[in-house]
Amino acid sequence: MIRFESVTKRYADGTVAVDQLDLVAPSRQITVLVGPSGCGKTTSLRMINRMIEPTAGRIWLDDRDTSTFSASDLRRGMGYVIQHAGLFPHRTVVDNVATVPLLLGQSRRQARSHAMELLELVGLDAELASRYPAQLSGGQQQRVGVARALAADPPVMLMDEPFSAVDPIVRAQLQDEFLRLQAELAKTIVFVTHDIDEAVKLGDQVAVLRVGGHLAQLASPADLLSRPADAFVASFVGRDRGYRALQFEQAPPLPTRAEPVVRLGVDLASAEGARVVGQSLEGWLLVVDDENEPQGWLDLRVPPAGPVDQAAVHRGGTLARQGGSFREALDAALSSPSGRGVVVDDEGRLVGSVTASQVVTAIERQAAADRGGERQATRVGT
Amino acid sequence: MSWLRYLDQNGQQILQWLWFHTWLSVVPVVLGLAISLPLGWVARRYRWTYAPLVTLSGLLYTIPSIALFVILPGILGLGILDPLNVAVALTIYTVALLVRVVADGLASVPDDVTQAASAMGYRPVQRLMAVELPIAVPVIAAGLRVAVVSNVSLVAVAATIGVPELGQLFTIGFQLAYFVPIVIGIVMCVALAMVLDLVVVALTRLLTPWTRAVVAP
Repeated sequence: MIRFESVTKRYADGTVAVDQLDLVAPSRQITVLVGPSGCGKTTSLRMINRMIEPTAGRIWLDDRDTSTFSASDLRRGMGYVIQHAGLFPHRTVVDNVATVPLLLGQSRRQARSHAMELLELVGLDAELASRYPAQLSGGQQQRVGVARALAADPPVMLMDEPFSAVDPIVRAQLQDEFLRLQAELAKTIVFVTHDIDEAVKLGDQVAVLRVGGHLAQLASPADLLSRPADAFVASFVGRDRGYRALQFEQAPPLPTRAEPVVRLGVDLASAEGARVVGQSLEGWLLVVDDENEPQGWLDLRVPPAGPVDQAAVHRGGTLARQGGSFREALDAALSSPSGRGVVVDDEGRLVGSVTASQVVTAIERQAAADRGGERQATRVGT
Repeated sequence: MSWLRYLDQNGQQILQWLWFHTWLSVVPVVLGLAISLPLGWVARRYRWTYAPLVTLSGLLYTIPSIALFVILPGILGLGILDPLNVAVALTIYTVALLVRVVADGLASVPDDVTQAASAMGYRPVQRLMAVELPIAVPVIAAGLRVAVVSNVSLVAVAATIGVPELGQLFTIGFQLAYFVPIVIGIVMCVALAMVLDLVVVALTRLLTPWTRAVVAP
């Protein structure tokens, strides 16, 4: 656990970067600090490992005041990942990763062999180990940065905009893998970003800071989107937050409709083809493979000649998992060319379809139940 | 065949001068680098010292070498022909060249790299030796090449006060009004400068395999 106790950072010129910050980052969870530039989020992060010393207040690591550690000992116990990875250009990838274990006195052989395991953990080929950082892509460098921070197995990880310098597709990949790693490793993580979507995606809790280093709101992502504390948080959290909040609402089992399907390889002109075309609804027919996994839609206004193949399939339309979030279900329905969202089970096999209006009805029913619950809670309270 | 005869008669002497000349060129570069490293580090670490340190050390270079060769024996209490005078004078010139180079070399280390090094728990001196200096090598080496080559030519000046090195060939040639030793002196100085330059380049390559790492497709 990391605890800020009325921490203030005031610079010599009088600028207050962080003002009386009280905040707890619980153990084994991801706490995201988010806010516009000048809100003191990076300053706050760097005060944890004393790259910046607070002007007033204390920061506790579990039950020990961090100012009682020597700065280098404190830092060796905290992994640190920054925006451009900050890899050592003169050391190979494997030696970059082995840095902290070597500083802690491990033998070179031991540190290197452990570094190789870490490279695998973050999804890098062993053949990259002997390259220099300049020979890697931005995404690969960032993975090395994460491996390097994990090398000494520190309980705490500090991450300063680690994914903001890579392109959006790589960023989404890195974020997903980061969450997978965290599920496995359960580190105490403080993560700084200016991107509210990233904050909401990654955080167990999100601290929104405003300029001048004031904590505007500390909340779970769902609460942040549905109950912004004030006008600043509301505007920072931004548009579409009603829709975005749906990703945190698990949908109840939706009333799916059985969907007529055609298998890949079936000729629409054959007897079986004619039969499913006869069952089709509104000119669109769902295509599945032999495992009953949905492949996409067939537009029957322009039916393909011969057996149905991958090339004929319209791939608009995302898939929603049964028991997934409202957002997935609604997105599946809205993105489907047939207007029917495809629902699959955990193995990816077809369950049925659902329309946008059915999803919205379910959302409204749930919201009404939540409001009813709140009214009851209020009544109990008064 | 005056060339061959001259070399034949004076070869032994010329080789000895070459040997001296090499030492007088190399030792001050090593000493000068050793002095410039801490000074350059200070200029980088405490930014307000950069301008005074670089300006002052740069001014040293404007002292005429012949004047320094004449003054130093008095200051150091050495005999006028003591080669140590030359070594000290050339060390001063090397420092004049290298303080800025070291400071700029350390400044060439990207900020995120030094930050990451501190954040991983390097103490300041460890960080300097293990991270900053190795990354600064290409910049420092470029300055070192200039210092080595300029030292070879400055050493020759010391012949005017009688120090035995290749510069003697110029003095002799001038006194005899005979061009052969002068040309031999020039050729040998240029050759020595090129060899020493190559040594610096080779050492640099050895220390910086990472600068040649090609970006993979």
